[in-house]
Amino acid sequence: MTLGSQILQYIISGISIGSIYALVALGFNIIYNTTGIINFAQGEFVMLGGITAASLVTIFHVPILIAFLAAVIIVTAAGAFFERLAIHPLKNPSVITLIIITIAGSILLKGIAMFIWGKDTYFLPSFSGDRPIHFLGAAILPQTVWILGITGLVVILLSAFFKFTLAGKAMRAVASNRMAASLVGINVKKMVLFSFALSAAVGAVGGIIIAPIALMDYDKGAIFALKGFAVAALGGIGNFGGAIAAGLILGILEALGAGLISSHYKDAIALMVLLLVLFLKPSGIFGSAQESRLKKF
Amino acid sequence: MIKSNYLALLILALVLAFIPLAISNVYYLGILIFVGINSLITIGLSLLMGYAGQISLGHAAFFGLGAYLSGVLSTRLAVPPVSALLLAALFTALVALLIGLPTLRLKGHYLAMATLGFGQIVYIVFNAWVEMTGGPSGFGNIPRLRIGGVVFDTDLKYFYLVWGLVVVGLFFAVNIIHSRVGRALRTMHTSEVAAGTLGINTVRYKIQIFVISAVYASVAGSLYAYFVTFLSPGTFGISFSILLVTMVVFGGRFSVWGALLGTAVLSILPESLRIIKDYDVLVYGAVLLLVMIFFPEGLVGLIGRVFRPRSLPEKLRT
Repeated sequence: MTLGSQILQYIISGISIGSIYALVALGFNIIYNTTGIINFAQGEFVMLGGITAASLVTIFHVPILIAFLAAVIIVTAAGAFFERLAIHPLKNPSVITLIIITIAGSILLKGIAMFIWGKDTYFLPSFSGDRPIHFLGAAILPQTVWILGITGLVVILLSAFFKFTLAGKAMRAVASNRMAASLVGINVKKMVLFSFALSAAVGAVGGIIIAPIALMDYDKGAIFALKGFAVAALGGIGNFGGAIAAGLILGILEALGAGLISSHYKDAIALMVLLLVLFLKPSGIFGSAQESRLKKF
Repeated sequence: MIKSNYLALLILALVLAFIPLAISNVYYLGILIFVGINSLITIGLSLLMGYAGQISLGHAAFFGLGAYLSGVLSTRLAVPPVSALLLAALFTALVALLIGLPTLRLKGHYLAMATLGFGQIVYIVFNAWVEMTGGPSGFGNIPRLRIGGVVFDTDLKYFYLVWGLVVVGLFFAVNIIHSRVGRALRTMHTSEVAAGTLGINTVRYKIQIFVISAVYASVAGSLYAYFVTFLSPGTFGISFSILLVTMVVFGGRFSVWGALLGTAVLSILPESLRIIKDYDVLVYGAVLLLVMIFFPEGLVGLIGRVFRPRSLPEKLRT
């Protein structure tokens, strides 16, 4: 394989893993925009999605499409349940309280997963076989195409949801001004619930489509949360377009770094980027500094 | 207030002095040594959480830096343990300063994110830098701690050393709380703007407390290294950082005594109840969530409520 096609190969695998990071970051942003909360449990939704779909397919022999839908519904319910249990009862919580609460939620979800699935690793077969497609000397797995297609679809559906539906518009209203939104009759608490459910659904989709490439176990959530958060920070917290661009950038950086430099430090790349962003430009590369000064988390 | 704290410290020191006479079982003494080591970290962390109002999700990494630096310096470079401990603490303080300086200047909780990312990077380095750290399988043969002519080679000696340092650490923490820094931080809790108009440099105090809490963790790490004489990365991951936060919150994050209590309960219970050890993640998650929702002031707050049922919730009571 020539260096050129090797690099192309890395870029393609970077784009596919980067799409997942982008989905996790979108999940962060959905909740952040409606509530100002950084939800540390975001990674657990990814893990739950992947592990639920994988066990439905391999243990109960459910067809992949049904397993996909069932897993998304289950995780969405888990997201809503989490909001009712942990976020809803709080009155005027401080940021530190919210951070601890979502961390508690994340270990609780992880613990429940360990209780149900044990410490075993689960594998989801690829959606349409493993015969690679050759393209300019690089071999592309069919799953990569699925990942890109489904991520694209999720992004389109989300934008349509926020633009055209009443619930989507209401959530945007809450995001821009909570008080004003409640004055015009929007049920803010309900929108918070929606945002957790929606964000769980997006995370679950990410977990299901990546499961055929990355094995799933109960402990996988944290790393997805960290990298998704790095992406959200790089793109500017709350910025949807930024999250997608940053996801792809970080995915590609990581794949190139792992391929060309050292695979030991692969996971450290995203984290180094996170630290650099926090230290040098906390508003993210796509966020405006002015806007981020108004935000706090 | 400060006098009752000193009295409590004196009582604690007396009780501790007699514990080894009551407990002859080496296994229990070992558990108590770990409780002491963990307490040293959580006392520092509770200063950060309860007084500076910030949260660190990377204290396991500061603990790890203390442990690995001491271990590596003593075994590979034959640095005397006490010097290694001090060097490790100094280095950890510098690292904490480097993280705190940019992130604590910003409003909100950038520190939480930065420490989370930093903690994971340190964990990765412990695993990947095989020549220095032994990688995932770790490295051993760390010498015993030696101060002057005394070698701390028995559990009994180590018990007194660790708990002696815990008492010193508590004394120091109580003094910080009742010093200018502590008062400034308490003002900040009520209103950061008001504190600012009074000329309190809130950022500077937050950074100081963060660095101090990292040093507590580093010293605890060094003590850990010289006690177990073997290090592997598993001990220093994110889950331990979160367990430390859980201990502080469970005990009561507005009091250094809460940190001590939470650490003791959450370190001893899993040893006696097998089921907690098997489902530790589930149990800790549930504990943390329940405490935050139902009694955010933790065990100490709960005890306070039992004894003074009608008193107003007095935050930041020490």
